[in-house]
Amino acid sequence: MKIRLDNVVKTFDTFRAVHGVSLDIASGELVALLGPSGSGKTTILRMVAGLEYADGGHIYFGEQDATDIPVRDRGVGFVFQHYALFPHMTVGENIAFGMKVSKVKRSKQQMEARVAELLRLVKLDNLGGRFPSQISGGQRQRVALARALAVDPKVLLLDEPFGALDANVRRDLRRWLREIHEELGITTLFVTHDQEEALDLADRVVILNEGKIVQEGTPEAVCRNPNSAFVMNFLGDANRLGATVANGKAEIGGASLEAAGFGDGAASVYLRPRDLDWSATEPGIAATVTRVIDKPDGRRILARTAGGEQVELDVPPETVARAGDQGFVRIHRARVFAESASN
Amino acid sequence: MRRRVLPGLTLSLGITLFYVGLIVVLPLGALVFKAASLGPEDYWRIVSSARAVASYRVTVLSALAATAFNLVFGMALAWVLVRYRFPGRRLIDAIVDLPFALPTAVAGIALTTLFAQNGWFGSVLAEAGIKVAYTPLGIMVAMSFTSLPFIVRTVQPVLEDLDPALEEAAQTLGGSDGAIFMRVILPLLTPALLAGVSLSFARSLGEFGAIIFIAGNQPMETEITALLTFIRLEEYDYQAAAAIASVLLITAFVMLAITNLMQARALRYTEKTRA
Amino acid sequence: MSAPLRKKPPRVGDTPAVRRTLLGFVLIVGAFLILAPLLVILYQAFSLGVGVFADTIAHPDTRHAIWLTVLTALIAVPLNTAFGVAAAWAITKFDFWGRRFLIVVIEIPFSVSPIVAGVAYLFVYGLQGVFGPALDAAGIKVMFALPGIVLASMFVTAPFVARELIPLMQAQGRDLEEAATSLGASGWRTFFSVTLPNIRWALLYGVVLCNARVMGEFGAVSVVSGNIRGQTNTLPLHIELLYHDYQTVGAFAAASILTVLAIVTIIAKVLLERQGAGRAGRPALASPAPAAQGKTP
Repeated sequence: MKIRLDNVVKTFDTFRAVHGVSLDIASGELVALLGPSGSGKTTILRMVAGLEYADGGHIYFGEQDATDIPVRDRGVGFVFQHYALFPHMTVGENIAFGMKVSKVKRSKQQMEARVAELLRLVKLDNLGGRFPSQISGGQRQRVALARALAVDPKVLLLDEPFGALDANVRRDLRRWLREIHEELGITTLFVTHDQEEALDLADRVVILNEGKIVQEGTPEAVCRNPNSAFVMNFLGDANRLGATVANGKAEIGGASLEAAGFGDGAASVYLRPRDLDWSATEPGIAATVTRVIDKPDGRRILARTAGGEQVELDVPPETVARAGDQGFVRIHRARVFAESASN
Repeated sequence: MRRRVLPGLTLSLGITLFYVGLIVVLPLGALVFKAASLGPEDYWRIVSSARAVASYRVTVLSALAATAFNLVFGMALAWVLVRYRFPGRRLIDAIVDLPFALPTAVAGIALTTLFAQNGWFGSVLAEAGIKVAYTPLGIMVAMSFTSLPFIVRTVQPVLEDLDPALEEAAQTLGGSDGAIFMRVILPLLTPALLAGVSLSFARSLGEFGAIIFIAGNQPMETEITALLTFIRLEEYDYQAAAAIASVLLITAFVMLAITNLMQARALRYTEKTRA
Repeated sequence: MSAPLRKKPPRVGDTPAVRRTLLGFVLIVGAFLILAPLLVILYQAFSLGVGVFADTIAHPDTRHAIWLTVLTALIAVPLNTAFGVAAAWAITKFDFWGRRFLIVVIEIPFSVSPIVAGVAYLFVYGLQGVFGPALDAAGIKVMFALPGIVLASMFVTAPFVARELIPLMQAQGRDLEEAATSLGASGWRTFFSVTLPNIRWALLYGVVLCNARVMGEFGAVSVVSGNIRGQTNTLPLHIELLYHDYQTVGAFAAASILTVLAIVTIIAKVLLERQGAGRAGRPALASPAPAAQGKTP
């Protein structure tokens, strides 16, 4: 099922949570809505589900205008952030709930068979008789997914699906969700504030800030070509250095970068720690090491440039550096943004 | 046992045990002792006398009816107070406690005056051929009034704390309002409802002040057990008073035990380990 | 951008028909069952004019009944408060064998008929009771006198203060008191400067409810007082006496005093609840454990 949002607006009291968002999601696509808290991502998800009404604009499911269809008739599967499992029902009863209340009558055997099938799908074959309080967080998450899938939804919506879980459980579940998606091919939209999760899981990432879409594209596209300082910052650690652009070149104390298309004047240069190197000799930006942090896969150098700006570098483990050392930061890759685009 | 860091155990526990012992345990113990000293045959004769049995019947049946009414009305009241916003909501929320705050004797004479033949309600009901005052119906009204807040006040906080996501989840799964209420909301309110029902029923069984004014107090017909106890006392028949009071006491304890068991059952899904 | 505002999707029971039916049912039944008794009391009290009302209130028997009621409260409420605080301290600040059982015992008076309480006291202090003959020989009168009335009132209100404090102090834990003690504060100092400020509203809440019940208690007091007019008649008993003497206006005049007390109690309760006392401070009775909602790992 294809989903289309056309200029959707949502205001709570006086706070405008979503400003005219338009988005197309292809049938069978897995899309992440990524943004910081307050960016409107959960509100968009809830509007697609029908748990909030849009104040303006339209939401289409396929060719049908679904804007005014009540939740219970929308045919979406929704996985809540804290799962919202019915605590007084067993895992099996939770999964069967949608079938029991459905207008489509199924026989007891049909329902039992479907529950068993879904329990197998989410790898909880033996836990059908337990109550939600008797299983782990990761297991609850999978029950929530099975419950949402039981009613054969046209669209699957997940609100921070892994937010409440430990880091290692989270990674396993992510891969597993991707497998399930490939197996079932349901159009899926999920909300997250964790960029790693979005990039790991989604076919396409939609990055939101303050109720607007700032960039959308494949993980590769947004990673390689962030269109703003916000996206650059949000997708991962980034250093910001002030620069002066003159004749298509950005100058930062000792280094010069390509900045075609920028007008002369002040600009910001964003650099990933991995895209920097440390060298005892020129060329580079003169800096003094303030601290070195050792990690399993390398070292992180914290340094202060001659201009007084803080820089962090991720360097190979054999790099020699100590607090107080003077040296030079070499730039392999950087992105220049106009000054107004930064904070 | 944990090492004690804080001072005052001896003093506070001493005061507590002394007070509970003197005020609660000693009198109830004396009552049980007095009733037990009767011997099984005399005891049975008193508690199974026709007048006593008739009083149990009218007390229990009226209490059941009053509790059933309060279950419906209390549940509706709690729902309205929690889920709807309307002018005067806070005033109603406050006034729900009136039956607890108003002394039972005051409630008794007020209800009797309202439902008497010439009263505001009584005169209207009389035309329809319904008599409330001085009939078991009057006992029910008094019991309903005095135990009214119990169910509201036990259900209200649970309804307030009910996670809205549970309802939303049920809605996304296609549940109609009726189905969601019956299958999700009501089961989650059940422990609180049970607690409220048992408090309401226990209070109705033991109520005295509000009832004696409106009941008419005809032996075998509108005489409640608490009143029969009182009458035996006034007749200086202390053994009979002790025996009948002990029936009320035992009933109260049995009610307490049943409530606890039922609550534990209703809440078994919250147990951490597999049942 | 200025599309018409649509409200939130309806929750369960938000359909206009259900809403109207429930509201109507609740308001009408509420008016008949709660509001009407209140109005009838005031109507009856003043039915023969303010003069008759004032005369009844000024009658020596009524004034004595008021005085006896106030005196009973002045003795029973402070004792009960001290007990409630001690019980809450012992139960929440220490672990000892039989703690849960003690809570159950404290709550017993809630489920026991006040008549049973009165009868039980008779078998302790009455002439046919355990201590009665000895007390009588020593010339001490407990039954059919003030001490009996106070004791019976203390029985029916025993749980009031303790049950407001126990859940609150349980939730607050022991950290603050342990910190104060580790800093060298004495037990009393810890209680007055650390514990008490945190529980003062709940304590007051319990005291208010306890007082209302003491002043209004009828059944238990009726057994132990002997209803001696002008001597052991509390206000609720005096109301009964007047009512059965067919002095309806007098009975309602006396009742209106207790009604005012009830209204003051409710107002105090609302004000204290705004301070977080009562229901708000108490964990919801038998609500599903939060763990079941999946918020804990």
